[in-house]
Amino acid sequence: MHYIKLNKVLKPLFAAMLIGCALPALAATPKDTLIMARKIDDIKTLDPAEVFEWGSGEIINNIYTRLVTLDPNDPEKLTGGVAQSWKVSEDGLTYEFKIRPNMKFHSGNPITAKDVEYSLRRVVHLKKTPVFIFNQLGWTSDTVDHMVKATDNDTVILKIAKPYATSLVINCLSAGVGSVVDSVEVQKHIKDNDYGYEWLRTHSAGSGAYKLLVWKPKDAVVMEANPDFYLGAPKMKRFIVRHIAEPSAQRLLLDAGDIDIARDLSADQVKQARKNDKFTVSTTEKLSTYYLGLNAAKSKPLANEKVWEAMRWLIDYQGMAGSFLDGYYRVHQSFLTGSNGLRNNPYKLDVDKAKALLKEAGYADGFSISMDVYNTSPQTDIGQSIQSTFARAGIKVNLIQSDKAQALTKYRTRAHEIMLAAWSPDYMDPHSTAEFFVRNVDNSDASKNKTAAWRNGWSIPEMSDLTEKAMMERDTEARLDIYRQQQETVQKNSPMIMMFQLLENSVLQKNVTNFVSGPGFDTAMYWKIEK
Amino acid sequence: MTILPDLSKFPILRNTVKTTGDVVATLCITLFGLLLVTFVIGRVIPIDPVLAITGDRVSPEVYAKVRDELGLDLPMWQQFLNYLGKLFQGDFGTSVLTSQSVLHDVATYFPATIELALAGTLIGIVFGIPLGIASAIYKNTWLDQIIRVVSLIGYSIPIFWLGLVGLLIFYVKLGWVAGVGRLDVAFEYIIERKTGFIMLDALLSGQWDILENFLSHLALPAFLLGYLSMAYISRMTRSFMLEQLGQIYITTARVKGLSEGRVVWHAFRNTFTQLVTVISLTFANLLEGAVLTETVFAWPGIGLYITNSLFAADMNAVLGGTTIIGICFVLINIAADALGRFFDPRIRRSAS
Repeated sequence: MHYIKLNKVLKPLFAAMLIGCALPALAATPKDTLIMARKIDDIKTLDPAEVFEWGSGEIINNIYTRLVTLDPNDPEKLTGGVAQSWKVSEDGLTYEFKIRPNMKFHSGNPITAKDVEYSLRRVVHLKKTPVFIFNQLGWTSDTVDHMVKATDNDTVILKIAKPYATSLVINCLSAGVGSVVDSVEVQKHIKDNDYGYEWLRTHSAGSGAYKLLVWKPKDAVVMEANPDFYLGAPKMKRFIVRHIAEPSAQRLLLDAGDIDIARDLSADQVKQARKNDKFTVSTTEKLSTYYLGLNAAKSKPLANEKVWEAMRWLIDYQGMAGSFLDGYYRVHQSFLTGSNGLRNNPYKLDVDKAKALLKEAGYADGFSISMDVYNTSPQTDIGQSIQSTFARAGIKVNLIQSDKAQALTKYRTRAHEIMLAAWSPDYMDPHSTAEFFVRNVDNSDASKNKTAAWRNGWSIPEMSDLTEKAMMERDTEARLDIYRQQQETVQKNSPMIMMFQLLENSVLQKNVTNFVSGPGFDTAMYWKIEK
Repeated sequence: MTILPDLSKFPILRNTVKTTGDVVATLCITLFGLLLVTFVIGRVIPIDPVLAITGDRVSPEVYAKVRDELGLDLPMWQQFLNYLGKLFQGDFGTSVLTSQSVLHDVATYFPATIELALAGTLIGIVFGIPLGIASAIYKNTWLDQIIRVVSLIGYSIPIFWLGLVGLLIFYVKLGWVAGVGRLDVAFEYIIERKTGFIMLDALLSGQWDILENFLSHLALPAFLLGYLSMAYISRMTRSFMLEQLGQIYITTARVKGLSEGRVVWHAFRNTFTQLVTVISLTFANLLEGAVLTETVFAWPGIGLYITNSLFAADMNAVLGGTTIIGICFVLINIAADALGRFFDPRIRRSAS
């Protein structure tokens, strides 16, 4: 045996490892800085004329003030933001807004009607994704310049093409596109007539609670408090949103005290957090829903109304909501949520009833069908549950898991059979959702308007007319009545099976309070948070 | 009769020109093939690239406008030629996801991966080679068995799990290393990014606390990647050493009375050529970006960048990232060849 003294080698090696490891770590966040961990790699821009993602929507909600905003004390009501008050003409075609006095932008420039005019016109001229919110009011590149006018320093007149319901119009102005930008500041950075588009992508020119210091894509957004915010200076001087893609990593950071709020913990982790004294769990009902889309245009069994009904009785809603979806989703079998949504959930798992219906439909022996789900949790779990309950009535489901972008591409081209899909309204008015579920004016393959009704091949000319009518209905009760009717129809007899509503759970350190997430995808308010 | 100078009279010049020519030719052919395959894959995958820009709620007009801007309705060969044309002018295109030029993105994210890859490879070498040598010398003893088991663990356990457990133990419970990300949030926005390499920037501006913090963040992911590299390097070192130690010249040296230490050193010296290949392969592998490590440790590197871009069908970004990595791969291989030849006098001699 040829030995070299082992000790000579091992000891120094071990020491090197120890030295390498014994570096001190910084923990605990500074008292006046709030650090939030969230998956924000979907942020592409911070220009409010283009923002339409979950990641960036919330950010601009805190950097800009919109013409109309959600009431911070009652997130289901609207109140004036930059606008102090408004009047609607008798014929419903003209809206007169009075601008709130003494409001200032981060730059120190005063907010005037001219800024509102510039901000709204800019959205329509830039023609980015969310422009449809304003297009539907009749504002196009050709018309917006005379339909949106600042008549003096504190008055803006908005003309709309048809006498839409007031709620619809005001809600559209409360969406991200209604953000008021500092026109004086933006115009200093215009390049090639782009309305400051390139500059505003990575800079801010707002009046909100926070101003943007820096945005590093897929990394972090750093903001600084605006002491002159019209609702009172925010308590946290600095606000940092860190992109942490992995929920377990968010949990570990929370444990170590390096972040204050974790937004994306899984259902299991949230359950554990509830039992832990170090944390508080803040739960908010969101307007987002999950449903099954049955492509009536593609597959023969799915074109049969009795099959739709049978499937409604083959899903174990309560079972799922009581187990792996507990605290994360709740059963909600209608396409509207909140106070306009139906309260009843008539369907539950009833295999015998389903089998009887399938027999009537001519499928006593069941059939084979495919189902697409996103390849993340809990979609995969929901898919597997449905697969097993469908099997009990003889429906053999081939579960296809794919990446979200891929599944969405398939859905948009009607290439699916069953699709587990999610929906989130673009603005708070019920029309946003109704338009998606109960409007399909052209069921042909060439149709450009890809609503859920179209994607599932549901031909509904009368319902579509009703949706149009509801848009114009200025009597609130009558309007809500129409939506109630439509929800009943979708609930009982449509190729879309509504199943769940999202409950967002944020986990906070014990000393963090007053985090308000709001019901929408971009309604979170940062300025009330305290430590 | 030739117009060109007769290079056979100047062997060094001829060799240099030939070598450079070889390098350039290899690079071009490899890159072309790489780009072609990636491009075709990108256009064939069932993901709609417009969706990444506009999202699902887009109106038909905006959708059509964006589709037109991306040139998606042109025939595939024309799209490819357009891309190549711009490439030759140094225009890698714009990333759909970040709206920055792809070159700018790569310059932002690649240095992070290089830092991790260098650190990981270094740790792999520092631990892997001695362990491999020890394994070979003490073949089949308990030491050898332990080293092999430790290596096997490195191969088998998912790095994702190892990463999270490592964070739990060394970060949360012991507080020995810093958490995820490249730097603490407090430092992140103070440091001036001149080179994109935090270590260099911190050294250049003499900010020792930033350097310390960075090393603290680097430690765990680097050790993880180092662990995997070590597993591979130690096994290869072991087998190379065994091969050398079984040769006749070693027996001769021992018979002649050479000390065991010097014998081992001779054997080790002769494994350099093969080791260089192994090490460069390891480094190149890490350079591709360890996506899972980057995800767990929120390390903004090129692996995550390319993966996210692929899932969004952002082909400019994927092609740009792939090109850069392809170039690095080819260059590393060529360098490894040259280094290997440097260490092996037999090849050197036969070349001249």
